[in-house]
Amino acid sequence: MASWPILSVTTFLPLVGALFILVLRGDDETAKRNARWVAFWTTLVTFAVSLVLAWHFDVALPEFQFVEKHDWLGGYGTYHMGVDGISLPFVILTTALMPLCIVASWLTIERNVKEYMVAFLVLETLMIGTFSALDLVLFYLFFEGGLIPMFLIIGIWGGPRRVYASFKFFLYTLLGSVLMLLAIMAMYWQAKTTDISVLLHHSFPREMQSWLWLAFLASFAVKLPMWPVHTWLPDAHVEAPTAGSVILAAILLKMGGYGFLRFSLPMFPFASHDFAPLMFALSVVAIVYTSLVALMQEDMKKLIAYSSVAHMGFVTMGIFAATAQGVAGGIFQMVSHGIVSGALFLCVGVVYDRMHTREIAAYGGLVNRMPAYAAVFMVFTLANVGLPGTSGFIGEFLTLLGTFRINTAVATIATLGVILSACYALWLYRKVIFGVLEKPSLAAITDLDYREVAIFVPLVALTILFGIYPKPVLDVSAASVTALIENYQQSLGAAKSAALMK
Amino acid sequence: MSQFGAFQTFLPEIVLAVGAMVLLMYGSYGGERVLAQIQGVAIGLLLVAAIFIAVIPNGSFRGSFVVDDFARFLKILAFVGSAVAIVMSLDYLVKERQQKFEYPILILLSSVGMGMMISATDLIALYLGLELMSLSLYVVAASNRDSVRSTEAGLKYFVLGALSSGMLLYGCSLIYGFTGTVSFAGIAAASKQGGIGLIFGLVFLFAGLCFKVSAVPFHMWTPDVYEGAPTPITAFFAAAPKIAAIALFMRVAVGAFHEIVLQWQQIIVFVAIASMALGAFAAIGQRNIKRLMAYSSIGHMGFALVGLAPGTATGVQGVLIYIAIYLAMTLGTFAVILAMRRNGEMVEEIQDLAGLARSNPPLALFLAVLLFSLAGIPPLAGFFAKFYVFLAAIEGGLYTLAVIGVLASVVGAYYYLLIVKVMYFDEPVQGFQPMPVELKAVLGITGLFNLLFFIYPAPLLEAASAAAKSLF
Repeated sequence: MASWPILSVTTFLPLVGALFILVLRGDDETAKRNARWVAFWTTLVTFAVSLVLAWHFDVALPEFQFVEKHDWLGGYGTYHMGVDGISLPFVILTTALMPLCIVASWLTIERNVKEYMVAFLVLETLMIGTFSALDLVLFYLFFEGGLIPMFLIIGIWGGPRRVYASFKFFLYTLLGSVLMLLAIMAMYWQAKTTDISVLLHHSFPREMQSWLWLAFLASFAVKLPMWPVHTWLPDAHVEAPTAGSVILAAILLKMGGYGFLRFSLPMFPFASHDFAPLMFALSVVAIVYTSLVALMQEDMKKLIAYSSVAHMGFVTMGIFAATAQGVAGGIFQMVSHGIVSGALFLCVGVVYDRMHTREIAAYGGLVNRMPAYAAVFMVFTLANVGLPGTSGFIGEFLTLLGTFRINTAVATIATLGVILSACYALWLYRKVIFGVLEKPSLAAITDLDYREVAIFVPLVALTILFGIYPKPVLDVSAASVTALIENYQQSLGAAKSAALMK
Repeated sequence: MSQFGAFQTFLPEIVLAVGAMVLLMYGSYGGERVLAQIQGVAIGLLLVAAIFIAVIPNGSFRGSFVVDDFARFLKILAFVGSAVAIVMSLDYLVKERQQKFEYPILILLSSVGMGMMISATDLIALYLGLELMSLSLYVVAASNRDSVRSTEAGLKYFVLGALSSGMLLYGCSLIYGFTGTVSFAGIAAASKQGGIGLIFGLVFLFAGLCFKVSAVPFHMWTPDVYEGAPTPITAFFAAAPKIAAIALFMRVAVGAFHEIVLQWQQIIVFVAIASMALGAFAAIGQRNIKRLMAYSSIGHMGFALVGLAPGTATGVQGVLIYIAIYLAMTLGTFAVILAMRRNGEMVEEIQDLAGLARSNPPLALFLAVLLFSLAGIPPLAGFFAKFYVFLAAIEGGLYTLAVIGVLASVVGAYYYLLIVKVMYFDEPVQGFQPMPVELKAVLGITGLFNLLFFIYPAPLLEAASAAAKSLF
């Protein structure tokens, strides 16, 4: 294993870039260009470092790797970092999407470029940190810290209702998280440690588990978001700048799912088992109801936002089925959704940059002027639907497979959601791309330029690659998922046999 | 202990008291001309006192005045806070033509009172310190004699303060009557038997202390005094006296009454919840930033009292960390408020900050850091302040208090965000006059402290831990 702290380097490298941009002087074109290039190279190097991380990662081991540990808060928390098969995919997803986001913001952000790039780089550090923290307090620090840059990104560079959206985003998420903070403290006093790797094997009293589980749910359900606390998401997505939406959909939402996998399921197995019906119910409602809501949208971003909520429903369903397929499917679905929904928001961004509207009704017949765009958009629409051969299929299939064994009814209703997703996604595609190009405002619209092609090529490639050959992601997570499920079944089994003995 | 040893224990206070008297003579002969010198010497004296308290050994003066780690920690904060308050007044007094030499001297005298309060271990010393501090504060609040607002603030503060002193004194007399002693150690021993009379006295004593920390329901004076007093004085009020009062609160509650924790815990829980809630909700509608800071400080005192409620060492440590970080946040924020000067006039409306991010990006950035820190968002220092007090509350099993507390902190976050919104999302209005260098220094240091605290928090945590242990 590498002798230098490679995980910390990955985490804090973006911060170094941000500091560098902060000290750039001037506010003229040169300074803006420099800020963009610095941000781009920083994210690219971070990505490269994270690939080194992936390269050295031993997929056969279920334990945390690249572990670093230092004193920090005098007994109440340590600086403890490490990744396992569950967190590594998200770290890579984050570092991979960031350069694309920077490129996507290249021309669209014209004012306060320096501040924008700083906010994004700080956000990247906090996101990577969230996924690789192995201490509860440290995790909370990264998890909550992300609110500040995102609040500013929506509020400063967002659309007309940005103030409302940014406040809603901030306060909603904060409200959920503070309850989790209290749960973290209660866990500390019970287990006398905030070390996640120790807590994973600590058994909390059954009564306490329910409360802790609910407190964590308050935070992750808002973040994911689950129905009915999803209402901040459409607002935030619509008002955020394109790259902000991409990060929000692709990574910030995943923190909720990651939280369920990292904390709720392994640390509170009884509560997870007891509350699984509740989670199934909420997931199914999310899948069906928000798909129906998506059908009614007139704004492209809002439609994709609601479809995100529906897709996250598959994730929670798979995770709380607590079978190997369900959990692996949940992870895969999150990675796939990260790529696909991020790409869809970028697709919206492409036409928004040209026409400055996101109204579905304002478009139509774009295939005539923008064939390349139509092709790209089609790949992601089909991936969003979950067509076999795209990454979306694998995730949905595995979660349904995992759930089917546990609860057939839930899996059946969720499958209906797949049909609904085809309805809204294809409807959107037809309205925007197909038909005759009648609207005079669209007559001069141009196809993708080189910059945009450069953004979409890797995304298309990954979507199709993971659709045909999902092994890389599944292999990375396999050992950790198996360990997680074994641990979970063992805790439940021990309790059951204890109950039988009485 | 030798005579010199006893003298040593209150060396810092003697330095300040003698210094204040000498400066008073010098000022009354020199007049306004020597203001700058007096200010300089006063700052120097406070820093010297802070250094003395750091180096003198532990000791006690006949059981009524002690120097321990607890006193050391809080006195350093209080003296540094007072010194910074004088630093922040330098430019203000000149620009507002308020060159009164009494101003730094009164701050020195009130610092003597604070030192006395922090070290007091009997009821007499407690009252002497409290009154010395308060009387200086009443005068200094009304120091701008020609302003109706300032004199009104001073008078209001005096009348209500006198009332609360009366209650406190009545409480002390009851406690003395029922225990037969004024020393905290003696009260602690006597309180083992409990008794309704003692609790009666305790309630009156706590009422007086709540007034000094401006906790609900004894908070009414705070918004008016904060708004009416000259701004550097408000900054002073928000910082050092709060530290001394909360120190006294802890010494009384944990030192003298630790045997009857369950009796006073309910009071503190109620006061903390009421303060946090009022601080959060009442601040939302404020337009004047000084009034807003008044409600914010009420809320923050509520959070600090959350740490006191369990009556444990963890809790006291939490309060100490809270109060230290609160000092940095408040002084930094007031440095910005003091810099809100346009066309030679001070402006105080929140709306006057509109578009600050574009007219003065560094100032906006630092204020944003302080505001997010006040709201308690990680990774800023304000988060750790709240973290430690709630950690103690959870340890003590005060779940309701903790849940209401964190919810109040979310409501509180709203109005801090509103200021960030005004600075970053709104269109700019005319910029401010250039900021004097000493305010820049205060803002820079406090801002960086809040931003970078998380990197190396160990020194403060360890100092607070040692200080908390010395009370138990």
